[in-house]
Amino acid sequence: MLIRKESELTYADVTPRSVYINRRQLLYGVAAAGAAAALSNRIHRIVLLQNTVFAASSFPNLVKSPFSTTEKPSSFSDVSHYNNFYEFGTDKSDPARNAQKLKTSPWLVSVEGEVKKPRKFSLDEIIKLAPLEERIYRHRCVERWSIVVPWIGYSLSTLIKQFELTPKARYVAFQSYFDPGQMPEAKYGGIDFPYVEGLRIDEAMNPLTLLCFGMYGDVLPPQDGAPVRMVIPWKYGYKSIKSIVKIRFQETEPPTTWNRYAPNEYGFYSNVNPNVDHPRWSQARERRLGDILTKPTVIFNGYGDQVASLYSGMDLKKFH
Amino acid sequence: MILSSKWTKLAVFLLCLVPFLLLAVNSLTENLGINPVETLQHSTGDWTLRFLILTLCITPFRKLLRLAELIRFRRMFGLYVFFYLCLHFLTYLGPDQSFSLTGMWLDVAKRPFITVGFAAFVLLIPLAFTSTAWWIRRLGRKRWAQLHRLVYIAAILGVVHYDWSVKSEKTKPLTYGATFLILLLWRLFDSLKRRPRPASVFAPQA
Repeated sequence: MLIRKESELTYADVTPRSVYINRRQLLYGVAAAGAAAALSNRIHRIVLLQNTVFAASSFPNLVKSPFSTTEKPSSFSDVSHYNNFYEFGTDKSDPARNAQKLKTSPWLVSVEGEVKKPRKFSLDEIIKLAPLEERIYRHRCVERWSIVVPWIGYSLSTLIKQFELTPKARYVAFQSYFDPGQMPEAKYGGIDFPYVEGLRIDEAMNPLTLLCFGMYGDVLPPQDGAPVRMVIPWKYGYKSIKSIVKIRFQETEPPTTWNRYAPNEYGFYSNVNPNVDHPRWSQARERRLGDILTKPTVIFNGYGDQVASLYSGMDLKKFH
Repeated sequence: MILSSKWTKLAVFLLCLVPFLLLAVNSLTENLGINPVETLQHSTGDWTLRFLILTLCITPFRKLLRLAELIRFRRMFGLYVFFYLCLHFLTYLGPDQSFSLTGMWLDVAKRPFITVGFAAFVLLIPLAFTSTAWWIRRLGRKRWAQLHRLVYIAAILGVVHYDWSVKSEKTKPLTYGATFLILLLWRLFDSLKRRPRPASVFAPQA
Protein backbone atom coordinates (compact mmCIF):
# COMPACT_ATOMS: atom_id res chain seq x y z
CA MET A 1 0.00 0.00 0.00
CA LEU A 2 1.46 3.36 -0.98
CA ILE A 3 -0.61 5.47 1.37
CA ARG A 4 -0.30 4.39 4.94
CA LYS A 5 -3.29 4.53 7.22
CA GLU A 6 -3.38 7.48 9.63
CA SER A 7 -2.85 5.31 12.71
CA GLU A 8 0.46 3.92 11.32
CA LEU A 9 2.22 7.33 11.25
CA THR A 10 4.38 8.28 14.24
CA TYR A 11 6.40 11.35 15.21
CA ALA A 12 9.45 9.74 13.61
CA ASP A 13 7.72 10.14 10.23
CA VAL A 14 7.34 13.91 10.60
CA THR A 15 9.63 15.89 8.28
CA PRO A 16 12.13 17.90 10.36
CA ARG A 17 11.11 21.57 10.43
CA SER A 18 14.42 22.79 9.00
CA VAL A 19 14.11 20.50 6.00
CA TYR A 20 10.48 21.50 5.47
CA ILE A 21 11.23 25.26 5.68
CA ASN A 22 14.19 24.86 3.32
CA ARG A 23 12.61 22.36 0.97
CA ARG A 24 12.83 24.72 -2.01
CA GLN A 25 16.55 25.30 -1.46
CA LEU A 26 16.98 21.56 -1.13
CA LEU A 27 15.27 20.99 -4.45
CA TYR A 28 17.26 23.73 -6.16
CA GLY A 29 20.42 22.23 -4.69
CA VAL A 30 19.62 18.79 -6.04
CA ALA A 31 18.78 20.26 -9.44
CA ALA A 32 21.98 22.31 -9.46
CA ALA A 33 24.05 19.29 -8.44
CA GLY A 34 22.48 17.28 -11.22
CA ALA A 35 23.09 20.02 -13.76
CA ALA A 36 26.65 20.46 -12.55
CA ALA A 37 27.26 16.74 -12.84
CA ALA A 38 25.88 16.75 -16.37
CA LEU A 39 27.79 19.86 -17.38
CA SER A 40 31.03 19.02 -15.65
CA ASN A 41 31.57 16.10 -17.96
CA ARG A 42 31.18 18.38 -20.96
CA ILE A 43 33.35 21.12 -19.42
CA HIS A 44 35.97 18.53 -18.54
CA ARG A 45 36.08 17.35 -22.13
CA ILE A 46 36.30 20.86 -23.51
CA VAL A 47 39.11 21.67 -21.06
CA LEU A 48 40.87 18.43 -21.95
CA LEU A 49 40.73 19.19 -25.66
CA GLN A 50 41.71 22.81 -25.11
CA ASN A 51 44.75 21.54 -23.25
CA THR A 52 45.54 19.35 -26.19
CA VAL A 53 45.33 22.30 -28.54
CA PHE A 54 47.10 24.93 -26.47
CA ALA A 55 49.86 22.79 -25.00
CA ALA A 56 53.28 23.84 -26.21
CA SER A 57 53.46 22.33 -29.66
CA SER A 58 54.78 18.78 -29.54
CA PHE A 59 56.15 19.25 -33.03
CA PRO A 60 58.33 22.32 -33.46
CA ASN A 61 60.06 23.02 -36.78
CA LEU A 62 57.54 21.29 -39.03
CA VAL A 63 58.66 21.16 -42.66
CA LYS A 64 56.12 22.63 -45.06
CA SER A 65 55.24 20.15 -47.82
CA PRO A 66 54.74 20.86 -51.53
CA PHE A 67 51.92 18.30 -51.40
CA SER A 68 49.80 20.58 -49.18
CA THR A 69 46.66 22.02 -50.68
CA THR A 70 45.95 25.75 -50.51
CA GLU A 71 42.33 25.01 -49.59
CA LYS A 72 41.20 26.23 -46.18
CA PRO A 73 41.58 23.56 -43.45
CA SER A 74 38.48 22.46 -41.56
CA SER A 75 38.30 23.51 -37.92
CA PHE A 76 40.12 21.39 -35.34
CA SER A 77 36.85 21.19 -33.42
CA ASP A 78 35.03 19.65 -36.41
CA VAL A 79 37.81 17.18 -37.21
CA SER A 80 38.05 16.04 -33.58
CA HIS A 81 34.29 15.74 -32.99
CA TYR A 82 33.01 14.21 -36.24
CA ASN A 83 34.63 10.80 -36.48
CA ASN A 84 34.11 7.29 -37.78
CA PHE A 85 35.98 5.06 -35.33
CA TYR A 86 33.56 2.21 -34.77
CA GLU A 87 35.67 0.69 -31.99
CA PHE A 88 34.25 3.54 -29.89
CA GLY A 89 30.66 3.67 -31.21
CA THR A 90 28.99 4.38 -34.53
CA ASP A 91 27.58 7.87 -33.99
CA LYS A 92 29.81 10.63 -35.26
CA SER A 93 30.05 12.12 -31.76
CA ASP A 94 30.82 8.77 -30.05
CA PRO A 95 34.60 8.58 -30.60
CA ALA A 96 35.25 12.02 -29.07
CA ARG A 97 33.26 10.93 -26.03
CA ASN A 98 34.48 7.33 -25.71
CA ALA A 99 38.02 7.24 -27.10
CA GLN A 100 39.60 9.26 -24.30
CA LYS A 101 40.21 5.99 -22.45
CA LEU A 102 42.43 4.69 -25.27
CA LYS A 103 45.86 3.97 -23.77
CA THR A 104 48.39 5.29 -26.28
CA SER A 105 51.51 4.80 -24.18
CA PRO A 106 53.44 2.54 -24.24
CA TRP A 107 52.92 1.81 -27.94
CA LEU A 108 54.64 -0.65 -30.23
CA VAL A 109 54.46 -0.82 -34.01
CA SER A 110 55.60 -4.18 -35.37
CA VAL A 111 57.07 -4.27 -38.89
CA GLU A 112 57.08 -7.86 -40.08
CA GLY A 113 56.46 -10.29 -42.93
CA GLU A 114 58.49 -10.27 -46.15
CA VAL A 115 61.39 -8.24 -44.69
CA LYS A 116 64.95 -9.40 -43.91
CA LYS A 117 65.02 -7.92 -40.40
CA PRO A 118 61.57 -7.50 -38.87
CA ARG A 119 61.47 -5.32 -35.75
CA LYS A 120 59.22 -3.50 -33.34
CA PHE A 121 59.34 0.27 -32.89
CA SER A 122 58.34 2.29 -29.88
CA LEU A 123 56.53 5.50 -30.77
CA ASP A 124 59.63 7.60 -30.04
CA GLU A 125 61.75 5.41 -32.30
CA ILE A 126 59.35 5.50 -35.25
CA ILE A 127 58.71 9.25 -35.02
CA LYS A 128 62.45 10.04 -35.11
CA LEU A 129 63.09 8.27 -38.44
CA ALA A 130 62.57 11.43 -40.51
CA PRO A 131 61.88 15.17 -40.17
CA LEU A 132 58.19 15.73 -39.63
CA GLU A 133 56.22 17.58 -42.28
CA GLU A 134 52.92 19.38 -42.22
CA ARG A 135 50.72 17.99 -45.02
CA ILE A 136 47.40 19.75 -45.61
CA TYR A 137 45.34 17.06 -47.36
CA ARG A 138 41.78 16.78 -48.57
CA HIS A 139 40.04 13.85 -46.87
CA ARG A 140 36.97 12.27 -48.51
CA CYS A 141 34.68 9.83 -46.72
CA VAL A 142 32.74 7.20 -48.64
CA GLU A 143 29.63 8.66 -46.96
CA ARG A 144 30.00 11.74 -49.20
CA TRP A 145 31.35 14.29 -46.71
CA SER A 146 34.85 15.75 -46.84
CA ILE A 147 37.27 17.83 -44.81
CA VAL A 148 40.72 19.40 -45.18
CA VAL A 149 43.19 18.46 -42.45
CA PRO A 150 46.74 19.66 -41.66
CA TRP A 151 48.28 16.28 -40.83
CA ILE A 152 51.79 15.79 -39.40
CA GLY A 153 54.09 12.97 -40.41
CA TYR A 154 56.41 11.70 -43.14
CA SER A 155 56.01 9.54 -46.22
CA LEU A 156 55.51 5.85 -45.45
CA SER A 157 58.19 5.19 -48.11
CA THR A 158 60.76 6.61 -45.66
CA LEU A 159 59.89 3.88 -43.16
CA ILE A 160 59.81 1.19 -45.85
CA LYS A 161 63.27 2.18 -47.12
CA GLN A 162 64.68 1.38 -43.67
CA PHE A 163 64.02 -2.28 -44.48
CA GLU A 164 65.30 -4.76 -47.01
CA LEU A 165 62.22 -6.34 -48.54
CA THR A 166 62.14 -9.83 -50.06
CA PRO A 167 60.94 -10.17 -53.67
CA LYS A 168 57.62 -11.49 -52.30
CA ALA A 169 56.70 -8.14 -50.73
CA ARG A 170 54.00 -7.05 -53.18
CA TYR A 171 51.49 -5.70 -50.67
CA VAL A 172 51.50 -3.98 -47.29
CA ALA A 173 48.93 -5.00 -44.68
CA PHE A 174 48.03 -2.83 -41.68
CA GLN A 175 46.31 -3.68 -38.43
CA SER A 176 44.76 -1.44 -35.77
CA TYR A 177 44.96 -1.83 -32.04
CA PHE A 178 41.94 -3.64 -30.60
CA ASP A 179 41.10 -4.21 -26.93
CA PRO A 180 37.49 -5.15 -26.06
CA GLY A 181 38.13 -3.85 -22.54
CA GLN A 182 38.82 -0.31 -23.78
CA MET A 183 36.36 -0.66 -26.65
CA PRO A 184 33.05 -2.04 -25.30
CA GLU A 185 31.14 -0.11 -27.97
CA ALA A 186 32.84 -2.09 -30.74
CA LYS A 187 30.35 -4.94 -30.66
CA TYR A 188 27.62 -2.62 -32.03
CA GLY A 189 29.70 -1.57 -35.04
CA GLY A 190 28.57 -4.31 -37.39
CA ILE A 191 32.15 -4.90 -38.64
CA ASP A 192 34.88 -7.28 -37.46
CA PHE A 193 37.81 -6.18 -35.28
CA PRO A 194 40.77 -5.71 -35.18
CA TYR A 195 40.41 -3.29 -38.10
CA VAL A 196 42.63 -4.23 -41.04
CA GLU A 197 43.62 -2.46 -44.24
CA GLY A 198 46.14 -2.78 -47.03
CA LEU A 199 47.90 -1.17 -49.97
CA ARG A 200 49.73 -2.37 -53.04
CA ILE A 201 53.47 -1.85 -52.56
CA ASP A 202 53.64 0.92 -55.19
CA GLU A 203 50.73 2.73 -53.52
CA ALA A 204 52.57 2.41 -50.19
CA MET A 205 55.76 3.80 -51.75
CA ASN A 206 54.00 6.80 -53.31
CA PRO A 207 55.23 9.98 -51.60
CA LEU A 208 51.66 11.08 -50.83
CA THR A 209 51.06 8.07 -48.58
CA LEU A 210 51.57 9.51 -45.13
CA LEU A 211 52.59 7.84 -41.88
CA CYS A 212 50.87 10.29 -39.55
CA PHE A 213 51.58 11.21 -35.93
CA GLY A 214 49.68 14.45 -35.45
CA MET A 215 47.36 17.15 -36.70
CA TYR A 216 46.94 20.91 -36.21
CA GLY A 217 50.44 21.24 -34.79
CA ASP A 218 50.03 18.66 -32.05
CA VAL A 219 49.57 14.94 -31.37
CA LEU A 220 46.54 13.09 -32.70
CA PRO A 221 43.55 13.15 -30.35
CA PRO A 222 42.51 9.57 -29.48
CA GLN A 223 39.34 9.83 -31.58
CA ASP A 224 41.43 10.67 -34.68
CA GLY A 225 43.54 7.51 -34.45
CA ALA A 226 46.24 8.25 -31.87
CA PRO A 227 49.15 7.77 -31.67
CA VAL A 228 49.97 6.76 -35.27
CA ARG A 229 47.79 6.28 -38.33
CA MET A 230 47.90 6.27 -42.11
CA VAL A 231 46.56 9.00 -44.37
CA ILE A 232 46.02 8.08 -48.03
CA PRO A 233 44.34 11.17 -49.48
CA TRP A 234 43.30 9.82 -52.89
CA LYS A 235 41.27 7.00 -51.39
CA TYR A 236 38.09 6.93 -49.32
CA GLY A 237 38.72 7.70 -45.65
CA TYR A 238 38.24 4.16 -44.34
CA LYS A 239 41.54 3.18 -46.02
CA SER A 240 43.35 5.62 -43.71
CA ILE A 241 43.64 3.15 -40.87
CA LYS A 242 43.96 4.47 -37.31
CA SER A 243 45.99 3.47 -34.23
CA ILE A 244 48.36 1.17 -36.11
CA VAL A 245 50.12 -1.68 -34.30
CA LYS A 246 51.20 -3.87 -37.21
CA ILE A 247 52.68 -3.25 -40.66
CA ARG A 248 53.19 -6.49 -42.55
CA PHE A 249 54.69 -6.99 -46.02
CA GLN A 250 53.20 -9.92 -47.91
CA GLU A 251 52.75 -11.54 -51.28
CA THR A 252 48.96 -11.69 -51.51
CA GLU A 253 46.35 -8.93 -51.46
CA PRO A 254 45.53 -8.33 -47.77
CA PRO A 255 41.96 -8.55 -46.44
CA THR A 256 40.41 -5.17 -45.58
CA THR A 257 37.66 -4.75 -42.98
CA TRP A 258 35.03 -2.98 -45.11
CA ASN A 259 35.64 -5.30 -48.05
CA ARG A 260 35.01 -8.26 -45.77
CA TYR A 261 31.76 -6.64 -44.59
CA ALA A 262 30.40 -5.91 -48.10
CA PRO A 263 32.69 -6.89 -51.03
CA ASN A 264 30.45 -5.39 -53.71
CA GLU A 265 30.31 -2.04 -51.88
CA TYR A 266 33.91 -1.54 -50.65
CA GLY A 267 36.72 -2.71 -52.88
CA PHE A 268 40.42 -3.12 -52.11
CA TYR A 269 41.44 0.00 -54.02
CA SER A 270 38.64 2.38 -52.94
CA ASN A 271 39.99 5.22 -55.05
CA VAL A 272 37.86 8.35 -54.90
CA ASN A 273 36.03 8.25 -58.24
CA PRO A 274 32.88 10.16 -59.22
CA ASN A 275 32.33 7.72 -62.08
CA VAL A 276 32.14 4.64 -59.87
CA ASP A 277 29.06 4.73 -57.66
CA HIS A 278 28.54 2.92 -54.41
CA PRO A 279 25.80 0.33 -55.15
CA ARG A 280 23.32 2.22 -52.97
CA TRP A 281 24.36 5.85 -53.47
CA SER A 282 26.15 8.05 -55.99
CA GLN A 283 29.76 9.25 -55.53
CA ALA A 284 29.49 12.11 -58.01
CA ARG A 285 29.14 14.82 -55.37
CA GLU A 286 30.28 15.48 -51.82
CA ARG A 287 29.60 17.91 -49.00
CA ARG A 288 32.58 19.76 -47.48
CA LEU A 289 31.79 20.08 -43.77
CA GLY A 290 30.74 23.67 -43.17
CA ASP A 291 29.05 23.98 -46.58
CA ILE A 292 25.32 23.60 -47.12
CA LEU A 293 25.43 22.70 -50.80
CA THR A 294 27.30 19.80 -52.32
CA LYS A 295 30.11 20.09 -54.86
CA PRO A 296 31.37 17.76 -57.59
CA THR A 297 33.81 15.05 -56.50
CA VAL A 298 37.13 15.02 -58.37
CA ILE A 299 38.71 11.72 -59.41
CA PHE A 300 41.47 10.56 -57.01
CA ASN A 301 40.25 13.37 -54.73
CA GLY A 302 42.20 15.80 -56.91
CA TYR A 303 45.51 13.95 -56.51
CA GLY A 304 45.44 12.44 -60.02
CA ASP A 305 48.70 14.13 -61.02
CA GLN A 306 50.58 12.15 -58.39
CA VAL A 307 48.73 8.83 -58.47
CA ALA A 308 46.79 8.29 -61.72
CA SER A 309 49.80 6.50 -63.27
CA LEU A 310 49.53 3.78 -60.61
CA TYR A 311 46.30 2.65 -62.25
CA SER A 312 46.93 3.14 -65.96
CA GLY A 313 45.32 0.34 -67.89
CA MET A 314 43.23 -0.78 -64.88
CA ASP A 315 39.46 -1.03 -65.14
CA LEU A 316 38.56 1.23 -62.20
CA LYS A 317 34.96 -0.03 -62.10
CA LYS A 318 36.12 -3.62 -61.76
CA PHE A 319 38.94 -2.79 -59.34
CA HIS A 320 36.99 -0.34 -57.22
CA MET B 1 -13.93 12.36 -21.23
CA ILE B 2 -10.51 13.88 -21.75
CA LEU B 3 -10.11 12.26 -25.16
CA SER B 4 -13.28 13.89 -26.56
CA SER B 5 -12.31 17.41 -25.54
CA LYS B 6 -11.35 19.83 -28.30
CA TRP B 7 -8.62 21.15 -25.99
CA THR B 8 -7.01 17.72 -26.00
CA LYS B 9 -6.96 17.72 -29.78
CA LEU B 10 -5.41 21.19 -29.79
CA ALA B 11 -2.82 20.16 -27.22
CA VAL B 12 -1.85 17.06 -29.20
CA PHE B 13 -1.70 19.14 -32.39
CA LEU B 14 0.73 21.56 -30.75
CA LEU B 15 2.79 18.76 -29.23
CA CYS B 16 3.28 17.26 -32.69
CA LEU B 17 4.77 20.57 -33.81
CA VAL B 18 7.43 20.54 -31.10
CA PRO B 19 10.05 18.51 -33.06
CA PHE B 20 9.69 20.95 -35.95
CA LEU B 21 9.98 23.97 -33.64
CA LEU B 22 13.08 22.50 -31.97
CA LEU B 23 14.68 21.96 -35.37
CA ALA B 24 13.79 25.51 -36.40
CA VAL B 25 15.25 26.99 -33.21
CA ASN B 26 18.40 24.87 -33.50
CA SER B 27 18.79 25.89 -37.14
CA LEU B 28 18.61 29.58 -36.26
CA THR B 29 20.98 29.24 -33.30
CA GLU B 30 23.39 27.12 -35.42
CA ASN B 31 22.97 24.27 -32.95
CA LEU B 32 22.66 21.43 -35.45
CA GLY B 33 26.12 19.96 -34.91
CA ILE B 34 29.04 19.61 -37.27
CA ASN B 35 27.05 18.41 -40.28
CA PRO B 36 23.80 20.42 -40.01
CA VAL B 37 22.29 19.12 -43.26
CA GLU B 38 22.82 15.55 -42.10
CA THR B 39 21.24 16.35 -38.72
CA LEU B 40 18.20 17.87 -40.44
CA GLN B 41 17.85 14.98 -42.88
CA HIS B 42 18.12 12.34 -40.15
CA SER B 43 15.85 14.16 -37.72
CA THR B 44 13.02 14.82 -40.20
CA GLY B 45 13.33 11.22 -41.43
CA ASP B 46 13.14 9.87 -37.89
CA TRP B 47 10.02 11.93 -37.09
CA THR B 48 8.34 10.81 -40.34
CA LEU B 49 8.77 7.20 -39.26
CA ARG B 50 7.73 7.89 -35.67
CA PHE B 51 4.51 9.59 -36.70
CA LEU B 52 3.87 6.70 -39.06
CA ILE B 53 4.15 4.34 -36.11
CA LEU B 54 1.77 6.55 -34.10
CA THR B 55 -0.73 6.59 -36.96
CA LEU B 56 -0.63 2.82 -37.29
CA CYS B 57 -1.05 2.41 -33.52
CA ILE B 58 -4.47 4.09 -33.45
CA THR B 59 -6.54 1.15 -34.74
CA PRO B 60 -4.95 -1.55 -32.53
CA PHE B 61 -5.15 0.71 -29.44
CA ARG B 62 -8.79 1.55 -30.17
CA LYS B 63 -9.63 -2.13 -30.18
CA LEU B 64 -7.36 -3.34 -27.39
CA LEU B 65 -8.12 -0.48 -24.99
CA ARG B 66 -11.72 0.02 -26.20
CA LEU B 67 -11.04 3.71 -26.78
CA ALA B 68 -13.03 4.51 -29.91
CA GLU B 69 -12.32 8.21 -29.40
CA LEU B 70 -8.70 7.71 -30.48
CA ILE B 71 -9.85 7.84 -34.10
CA ARG B 72 -9.93 11.64 -33.80
CA PHE B 73 -6.15 11.67 -33.84
CA ARG B 74 -5.47 9.36 -36.75
CA ARG B 75 -5.83 11.87 -39.56
CA MET B 76 -3.82 14.41 -37.59
CA PHE B 77 -0.95 11.97 -37.07
CA GLY B 78 -1.18 10.89 -40.71
CA LEU B 79 -0.93 14.45 -41.96
CA TYR B 80 2.00 15.05 -39.61
CA VAL B 81 3.70 12.06 -41.27
CA PHE B 82 3.28 13.91 -44.55
CA PHE B 83 4.42 17.21 -43.00
CA TYR B 84 7.69 15.79 -41.69
CA LEU B 85 8.14 13.84 -44.93
CA CYS B 86 7.85 17.06 -46.93
CA LEU B 87 10.45 18.68 -44.65
CA HIS B 88 12.69 15.62 -45.10
CA PHE B 89 12.28 15.87 -48.87
CA LEU B 90 13.11 19.59 -48.83
CA THR B 91 16.29 18.99 -46.79
CA TYR B 92 17.33 16.72 -49.67
CA LEU B 93 16.07 18.73 -52.65
CA GLY B 94 17.66 21.94 -51.36
CA PRO B 95 21.11 21.12 -49.99
CA ASP B 96 21.78 18.00 -52.11
CA GLN B 97 20.23 19.11 -55.39
CA SER B 98 20.15 22.91 -55.10
CA PHE B 99 16.41 22.63 -55.81
CA SER B 100 17.09 21.17 -59.27
CA LEU B 101 14.35 18.74 -60.28
CA THR B 102 16.53 17.38 -63.11
CA GLY B 103 19.20 16.46 -60.60
CA MET B 104 16.55 14.87 -58.44
CA TRP B 105 15.21 12.67 -61.26
CA LEU B 106 18.74 11.52 -62.11
CA ASP B 107 19.24 10.58 -58.47
CA VAL B 108 15.92 8.74 -58.29
CA ALA B 109 17.01 6.73 -61.33
CA LYS B 110 20.57 6.06 -60.13
CA ARG B 111 20.62 5.79 -56.33
CA PRO B 112 18.56 2.82 -55.09
CA PHE B 113 18.00 4.24 -51.61
CA ILE B 114 16.66 7.46 -53.13
CA THR B 115 14.42 5.49 -55.54
CA VAL B 116 12.81 3.69 -52.63
CA GLY B 117 12.42 6.86 -50.54
CA PHE B 118 10.92 8.76 -53.44
CA ALA B 119 8.47 5.91 -54.07
CA ALA B 120 7.31 6.10 -50.45
CA PHE B 121 6.84 9.86 -50.83
CA VAL B 122 4.82 9.44 -54.02
CA LEU B 123 2.57 6.83 -52.41
CA LEU B 124 1.70 9.14 -49.53
CA ILE B 125 0.71 12.12 -51.72
CA PRO B 126 -2.74 10.78 -52.70
CA LEU B 127 -3.28 9.76 -49.09
CA ALA B 128 -2.64 13.28 -47.82
CA PHE B 129 -4.76 14.68 -50.63
CA THR B 130 -7.77 12.44 -49.85
CA SER B 131 -7.57 12.76 -46.08
CA THR B 132 -10.73 14.89 -45.74
CA ALA B 133 -14.28 13.73 -44.98
CA TRP B 134 -15.36 15.04 -48.39
CA TRP B 135 -13.09 12.50 -50.06
CA ILE B 136 -14.31 9.66 -47.85
CA ARG B 137 -17.83 10.47 -49.05
CA ARG B 138 -16.74 10.86 -52.68
CA LEU B 139 -14.78 7.61 -52.83
CA GLY B 140 -17.07 5.69 -50.54
CA ARG B 141 -15.79 4.07 -47.38
CA LYS B 142 -14.66 0.87 -49.02
CA ARG B 143 -12.60 2.41 -51.84
CA TRP B 144 -11.17 5.07 -49.53
CA ALA B 145 -10.02 2.34 -47.13
CA GLN B 146 -8.48 0.39 -50.00
CA LEU B 147 -6.55 3.47 -51.19
CA HIS B 148 -5.31 4.21 -47.71
CA ARG B 149 -3.88 0.74 -47.31
CA LEU B 150 -1.02 2.10 -49.40
CA VAL B 151 0.32 3.42 -46.11
CA TYR B 152 1.57 -0.09 -45.28
CA ILE B 153 3.69 -0.18 -48.44
CA ALA B 154 4.94 3.34 -47.77
CA ALA B 155 5.99 2.29 -44.26
CA ILE B 156 7.99 -0.68 -45.57
CA LEU B 157 9.61 1.46 -48.27
CA GLY B 158 10.50 4.05 -45.63
CA VAL B 159 12.30 1.47 -43.51
CA VAL B 160 14.15 0.05 -46.53
CA HIS B 161 15.16 3.62 -47.51
CA TYR B 162 16.64 4.15 -44.03
CA ASP B 163 18.35 0.74 -44.01
CA TRP B 164 19.93 1.32 -47.43
CA SER B 165 21.28 4.72 -46.39
CA VAL B 166 23.52 3.40 -43.58
CA LYS B 167 26.84 1.58 -43.94
CA SER B 168 26.71 -1.02 -41.16
CA GLU B 169 24.90 0.54 -38.19
CA LYS B 170 21.61 -1.27 -38.82
CA THR B 171 20.16 -1.21 -35.29
CA LYS B 172 17.84 1.78 -35.78
CA PRO B 173 16.40 0.77 -39.18
CA LEU B 174 15.90 -2.78 -37.93
CA THR B 175 14.09 -1.52 -34.82
CA TYR B 176 11.73 0.55 -36.97
CA GLY B 177 11.25 -2.50 -39.21
CA ALA B 178 10.40 -4.73 -36.26
CA THR B 179 7.92 -2.17 -34.93
CA PHE B 180 6.12 -1.90 -38.27
CA LEU B 181 6.14 -5.68 -38.59
CA ILE B 182 4.36 -6.02 -35.24
CA LEU B 183 1.78 -3.38 -36.21
CA LEU B 184 1.16 -5.04 -39.58
CA LEU B 185 0.99 -8.54 -38.09
CA TRP B 186 -1.61 -7.37 -35.54
CA ARG B 187 -3.77 -6.19 -38.45
CA LEU B 188 -3.29 -9.49 -40.25
CA PHE B 189 -4.38 -11.53 -37.23
CA ASP B 190 -7.22 -9.13 -36.52
CA SER B 191 -8.60 -9.43 -40.06
CA LEU B 192 -8.24 -13.23 -39.94
CA LYS B 193 -10.23 -13.31 -36.69
CA ARG B 194 -13.01 -11.22 -38.22
CA ARG B 195 -13.42 -13.21 -41.41
CA PRO B 196 -16.75 -15.02 -41.81
CA ARG B 197 -16.66 -18.51 -40.29
CA PRO B 198 -17.86 -21.54 -42.25
CA ALA B 199 -21.29 -22.79 -41.05
CA SER B 200 -21.15 -25.24 -38.15
CA VAL B 201 -21.44 -28.93 -39.15
CA PHE B 202 -24.25 -29.29 -36.60
CA ALA B 203 -26.48 -26.65 -38.22
CA PRO B 204 -29.69 -28.11 -39.66
CA GLN B 205 -29.34 -29.02 -43.31
CA ALA B 206 -30.77 -26.32 -45.58
